[in-house]
Amino acid sequence: MLAYYFQLGLRSLRRNPWLTALMVMAIGVGVAASMITWSVFRAVSGNPIPDRSAQLFTPQVDNWGPQNNHDGEPPDGLDYVDAMALMHEHQARRQTLLYAVQLAVSPGGDRSLPLAANGYAVDGDFFPMFEVPLRYGSAWSAADDQARAAVVVLSAELNQRLFGGADSVGRTVTLSGHDYRVVGVTRHWNPQPRFFDLFSTNGFDDATDFYMPFSRALDLQLRTAGRNSCRGKLSFTTWDGWLQSNCVWITAWVQLDNPADVSTYHRFLESYAAAQQHAGRFDWAPNVRLRDVAQWLDYQHVVPPESRISLMVALGFFVICLVNTVGLLLAKFLRRAGEIGVRRALGATRREIYLQYLIEAGAVGLAGGVIGLILTSVGMASVGILFEPQIARLAHLNLSLVALTLLLAVVATMVAAFYPAWRAARVQPAWQLKSN
Amino acid sequence: MKLHPMIAALRRHKAGVVLIALQIALTLAIVCNAVFIIGQRVSRVNRPTGLDENNLMLVTQSWVGAPSGDQPGDVDKLDSMQQADLAALRAMPDVESVAPINSLPLLNSSWNGSAALKPGVELREGNARTTYYFTDEQAFRTLGLKLVAGRAFTPADVQHRGFRDTSTPPVVIVTKALADKLFPDGTALGKTIFLDGGSSPSTIIGEVDRLQVPGTGSWTNSFTWNATLVPTRLDAGFARYAVRAKPGRLDAVMHAVPQVLYGVNRMRVLDDDSVKPFAQIRQEAYRSDVGMAILMGVVCLILLGVTAAGIVGLTSFWVGQRHRQIGVRRALGARKIDILHYFQMENLLISGVGALIGLGLAIGLNMLLMKHFEMDRLPVLYVLAGIVVVMALGQGAVFAPARRASNVPPVVATRSV
Repeated sequence: MLAYYFQLGLRSLRRNPWLTALMVMAIGVGVAASMITWSVFRAVSGNPIPDRSAQLFTPQVDNWGPQNNHDGEPPDGLDYVDAMALMHEHQARRQTLLYAVQLAVSPGGDRSLPLAANGYAVDGDFFPMFEVPLRYGSAWSAADDQARAAVVVLSAELNQRLFGGADSVGRTVTLSGHDYRVVGVTRHWNPQPRFFDLFSTNGFDDATDFYMPFSRALDLQLRTAGRNSCRGKLSFTTWDGWLQSNCVWITAWVQLDNPADVSTYHRFLESYAAAQQHAGRFDWAPNVRLRDVAQWLDYQHVVPPESRISLMVALGFFVICLVNTVGLLLAKFLRRAGEIGVRRALGATRREIYLQYLIEAGAVGLAGGVIGLILTSVGMASVGILFEPQIARLAHLNLSLVALTLLLAVVATMVAAFYPAWRAARVQPAWQLKSN
Repeated sequence: MKLHPMIAALRRHKAGVVLIALQIALTLAIVCNAVFIIGQRVSRVNRPTGLDENNLMLVTQSWVGAPSGDQPGDVDKLDSMQQADLAALRAMPDVESVAPINSLPLLNSSWNGSAALKPGVELREGNARTTYYFTDEQAFRTLGLKLVAGRAFTPADVQHRGFRDTSTPPVVIVTKALADKLFPDGTALGKTIFLDGGSSPSTIIGEVDRLQVPGTGSWTNSFTWNATLVPTRLDAGFARYAVRAKPGRLDAVMHAVPQVLYGVNRMRVLDDDSVKPFAQIRQEAYRSDVGMAILMGVVCLILLGVTAAGIVGLTSFWVGQRHRQIGVRRALGARKIDILHYFQMENLLISGVGALIGLGLAIGLNMLLMKHFEMDRLPVLYVLAGIVVVMALGQGAVFAPARRASNVPPVVATRSV
């Protein structure tokens, strides 16, 4: 019976082609707009490290004071003095500092022109903390950090460019004139958003090329390739002066496995800031934060406002399309009041009429979904007009999105049909028969 | 025409009336806000930077194996590398002028600080936030800046220093906006200011008409036009050069620049992104603004189309349903024009109610956007214009079905009773 109703539904679509086309287009456009904006929103608001996000925390210490900070919030990064002090105390199971560096690499040796390679100066704990997948070799050890060793972990992409993807562990690479021993090669790894560096990036960037020890980068006096933010009186003239200044350019991460550790670490931060106040370095009360990944993503507004606004507009748009569909379905169904009257007189129950028209609406929804799917795939290509390429390429059509598009179209149209179908089912057979 | 029978008739079609009114209301709410967003974005994108943007390009490059230290010897070495690049670029036949510069408007990479009238004043207490452009005497010609008071830099003003050296310059040129902020009563020329809470004064020797800061985010809104030009070459492992090509020769210069620079020194990073015309910088800075305006425009158009189609659909249905009643009215003496007016009037009534609801929704939506997205208050004019548009849309949409209704012949009344 259901299949028969479905056939009837498809047939009735052809009866008023104009009205049907209008409904199908409205649903299709509404679904497509919602799906395109949703796919971008999902990509930018996703959790980049789901199984660890509640155990990774980034500490912040206010070294600028109420005069210069962001409305009472500590700066987004740490200065050198605070960062080194926090690491030195080693109050967390795992911990790392990091900052962005840019070096040059010559894939073809001295003959080729140098290319830029973007990397991070990190501590050895970075790899197990952030679950960086390694293809060859391993991360460097704490001893390497201590020894300020000239070692490097390459990304799969840079390893491909330099060594054709072969196991390069133990080989030497030259970055900006200095030699490094390769100890590991990652698999492709580029978490989106890049939660661990929201200080220097907006969360969406090309994959990193390499990782080197933080201590080694300091020895080479590698300036940060990311942000550097200073406040108040600036009086430094050299690298060492810069390190001792209030300029923030380092991000720290700690792994804290349970709530007790978190509150212990928070107390440690408070007492550290209090000690700095006591020592006269800060002349303000301790002002520290300890945010986990989700809180950090939220605080840094990783989801671009364009994404939220366009999703809201698309949903509003979809609601209007549905209101429109309710009206048109009402017109379409009630036009056939005579036909319904005959069927009711011949013994069809209200339930059956109701079911038939709901299924007919489902057929409209399915047609709208197919149109929506076509529009979605076209629209995906033009996401680039609104978002920068690094974000735009995150939006792509996959199986789950296709299924969601069709499901949304059918379900939404059937919901919209509740009232029109109910009206159709209430048609009085006697009335219809009399008036004809 | 009396409204009473019309309202009585509408009460028999509650669902349809509610649907059309609702659709009009939602459309009005979204279209008003969307058009407002478009207007704001367009005016943001259209504001001039103060540069002469045609024939201007930016070269960003870094040296491989350049000294990274802060010792005077290292800084001098870096400076001579930079000078060699400048000389080579200036010698190019199609090049008008070249200036070293740390950033350009809309580039979103900036060095910001504060300017104060007294020494040792920290940022928040300082008189004004400002961005710094570190450049040399060719900046005016290269960027096309308009000097409104004082003099431009001369080669004698130009110094050089290490990238991490924060000592302040003896002379600076500021934008008119910054000068007015620092010295509201009277000229800023010849006055001294203190940069970044420093203790050595900088003398203002000139004022430029307009120069935007590099940042385009909302955090720069408080100092968008506050720029300070410093006659200093910054010496670091990387350098940026603003290049003005002779009229119409921009493409030729862009193609030739990499070879010229590699000719000076091959050990440098110079990739696809290194040589950019200013038009591209502008496009990248305002991508999301332009995209948002286009998106909103498309949404508005489709929305108006869908709403109009919905009105046509439902009114046609009503006309079909009331076929016989129309015939009866015609037989009783109503003219065609009366029938036409009836449907037009009916639509005016429904869309009027819808527009009233939409007015509330539009303001509500705007308040929501203000709360979450740093939007401004929606001017009433936009809403009034929106109301006129949706009412006109309703009238336009209802015309065809109403015409069809007015063409129903009186004889229908006598058929098949």
